[in-house]
Amino acid sequence: MAKAMARLGNWFTERAPGLMPMYRAHMTEYYAPKNFNLWYYFGSLAILVLVNQIVTGIFLTMNYKTSALEAFNSVEYIMRDVEWGWLIRYMHSTGASLFFVVVFLHMFRGIMYGSFKRPRELVWILGMLIFLVLMAEAFMGYVLPWGNMSFWGAKVIISLFGTIPYIGHALVEWIMGDFLPADATLNRFFALHVIALPLVLLLLVVLHIAALHEVGSNNPDGNDVKHGPKGNRWDANKPADGIPFHPYYTVKDLVGVGFFLMIAAFIIFFAPTFGGWFLEHDNFTPANNLVTPSHIKPSWYFTPFYAILRMIPSYFGTAIWGVLGMFGAILLLALLPWLDRGEVRSVRYRGLGFRIALGVLVVSFLALGMVGAGVTAELIPEWFPSADVTTWENAFGRLMVLGYFGFFIFLWVYTHFGFEKTKPVPERVTTHD
Amino acid sequence: MTKRYFSSIALAFGLLVGSVSALANEGGAELPTAGTNVSDKASLQRGAKLFFNYCVGCHSLKYVRYSRMASDLGLSEDEVMNNLNFTGAKFGEPVISHMPAESAKSWFGKDPPDLSLEARAKGVDWIYNYLNSFYLDPTRPVGWNNTVFPNASMPNPLWELQGIQVAVHSEATPGHDASIEKLELSQPGRMTPEQFRGATRDLTTFLEYAAEPAALERQSIGVWVLLFLAGFTFLAYLLKHEYWKDVH
Amino acid sequence: MANEVVDHGRRRFLTATTAVVGGVGVVAAVVPFIKSWEPSARAKAAGAPVTVDISAIEAGQKVTFAWRSLPVFVVNRTKDQLAQLPGLEPRLLDPKSTDPDQQPKYAQNEVRSLKPEWLVVIGLCTHLGCVPDFVPDIKPEPFDANWKGGFYCPCHKSRYDLAGRVFSGVPAPKNLPVPPYHFVDDTHIQIGVDPQEAG
Repeated sequence: MAKAMARLGNWFTERAPGLMPMYRAHMTEYYAPKNFNLWYYFGSLAILVLVNQIVTGIFLTMNYKTSALEAFNSVEYIMRDVEWGWLIRYMHSTGASLFFVVVFLHMFRGIMYGSFKRPRELVWILGMLIFLVLMAEAFMGYVLPWGNMSFWGAKVIISLFGTIPYIGHALVEWIMGDFLPADATLNRFFALHVIALPLVLLLLVVLHIAALHEVGSNNPDGNDVKHGPKGNRWDANKPADGIPFHPYYTVKDLVGVGFFLMIAAFIIFFAPTFGGWFLEHDNFTPANNLVTPSHIKPSWYFTPFYAILRMIPSYFGTAIWGVLGMFGAILLLALLPWLDRGEVRSVRYRGLGFRIALGVLVVSFLALGMVGAGVTAELIPEWFPSADVTTWENAFGRLMVLGYFGFFIFLWVYTHFGFEKTKPVPERVTTHD
Repeated sequence: MTKRYFSSIALAFGLLVGSVSALANEGGAELPTAGTNVSDKASLQRGAKLFFNYCVGCHSLKYVRYSRMASDLGLSEDEVMNNLNFTGAKFGEPVISHMPAESAKSWFGKDPPDLSLEARAKGVDWIYNYLNSFYLDPTRPVGWNNTVFPNASMPNPLWELQGIQVAVHSEATPGHDASIEKLELSQPGRMTPEQFRGATRDLTTFLEYAAEPAALERQSIGVWVLLFLAGFTFLAYLLKHEYWKDVH
Repeated sequence: MANEVVDHGRRRFLTATTAVVGGVGVVAAVVPFIKSWEPSARAKAAGAPVTVDISAIEAGQKVTFAWRSLPVFVVNRTKDQLAQLPGLEPRLLDPKSTDPDQQPKYAQNEVRSLKPEWLVVIGLCTHLGCVPDFVPDIKPEPFDANWKGGFYCPCHKSRYDLAGRVFSGVPAPKNLPVPPYHFVDDTHIQIGVDPQEAG
């Protein structure tokens, strides 16, 4: 049996073009630094979630009805009448949120260890493109159940384009194909969500990994393992601190997958709405163009950016500044490789200023998320009963906007004018399992 | 080094849990909790009986089929068809109220909403408190008002059971209008207040079930999935540990 | 560098165990996706037993009812038509209705029905699923000079007699299937429920 399988495998690899060389180049002979820590699980986990979204998504389309009249009913049909439909739907909805959890942590890892720096700028840019497409994908997917939050979320987000001078109004109508989010909007979003954007996403993911493997992985020490000392137990000409991706990181990632699946399963089976964060209460009401939900806010993963939009006031009679601020927040991330002029990659050997700034970035990002989700609007009256909520929330939120943008400005000044006092980066990696 | 990472992850998780619990308080922190248990079959059956005696006249459960309800609640087809289904619907059909939409509009000013997803849209605590918070208010068209949902268009459907509540107003002070301090029973109903709270809890439990029938099975399946994944993760850890003996 | 000897046995054992357990997990995860293709609660509700009134069907007439979206033929056979059935047996493929999948036990008789005059069959040709025409008259037809009444499939010329039994030498391999049914009273039958289930 085993022999037959081996022969079949040989028959195939002898004929399949480039399969074995590719397997060797990216798996058994791709030498990754041996000191990957916890933060390095999130790349493979993102691929796992992507596969989950595609598989569960395909099965959801089998029963979902793309029509403003039927969409909401068809989701409940999946939840109740289709055998195991509830599980498939919860896997998809939970997967969407966990996708962002994983991607945010993956991006933070990149900033913390300087993975965006030379020579990995292209990897970073491709990653930011993935992030952008992922946001569009998530937004359009969120509209599909056609609940009241879907409807008003779509209306508010599409209205952002209305702030563009001259063409804004026409652009909004063009995107919706109607004067409100309607059947036409739902249909085009469905088309983009289930086929167009996933294709782009898959292509970008392949390019992201190919670009990474071209230059080699960074590591928590941020030193150049690929061009460092040579000679390991597998190959005398390969990096001394490198280990073959397969089997060492495949088995290690398997442990990460196990832990991750436990968290995901816990949410899917015991808290699928996650207290209203993953599936919102107001989205269990069908879309109603006459009644806006009392707490209108986007999904949690958009709330930091949404807060930036809300905190920046209108000037000169236009609200475009908030929109620019929101997109600027993402653009600045993409420009990191050129804003950060420092030579040292990892936070382990960078100056105190960088460590503090990184802390400020994380705190302001999380705080903006809470402002955007309306958590601060609830906590302020609870903690400071006499305070004026809007004034306090605006003051706090704008401070956090400053914190977020301050990180990028500070980082450029700090590194461009040579204020940073770095520690020497060791030639070999310092920590590993 | 590793310790620091774990503590930062613990911190992030703490923030997340904190914000989740903050949101759970949404919609008025003062409301007493409903204390429902959706896997309590007896409570579900009592709640179903209340729903089909007092609610289905106006409200549908258009996503709930009689047949599914029967098997989930442990009732036989005859029990459901004879004691709960008063509309003549077939066993496999969903629960649709027979109230004509036009008369609903003229009586209450709006269509009575479908209640299939009420528990997911409003929350069980809201429903439980809403059912307990009706009071007589002659200024309203239907003669009733509600402290949880002011100016609700529904009269108290359970007044025979609960009795009649009236509002006790606090005195108006300078700068503050008179507000409702509490609700008082002016005329007792067929149930004691304690019994009525139990009945509304049962009804809320039934609506919680109606909002997500899958909730009955998903938790028991989840336990097995988690146990399996724990076993798999342990094996994967052993495998990783074995291979990584090579790495020094 | 690793000087200790690699324990290949333990490594192989752990790899195999993890692969098998992981494989079991994947298979278990695939099951819900496969089961999601089964008829949903809505389809099952729509496929519930139907009770039909047969009082208006005159002798020699056929009426088609829908059960699970399938056409169910109900024919009120005349004495004359019934008398033709035994004589056809040499020309039939399965005259004794021996295939247990094509009818319930209570319809495994010469007339393939509960009551001799009432034929109840699913009107889909057992060849490729076309709906056969009802050709009841006992007279020569273009497709059969010796026609004794029955069903003729326009798609590929399969022929059945008035008990739904297939002729030899036609593409269809089996008799027309008899669905579960029973008489509620003299003028009503319920399709989808066996007599013993109905009690």
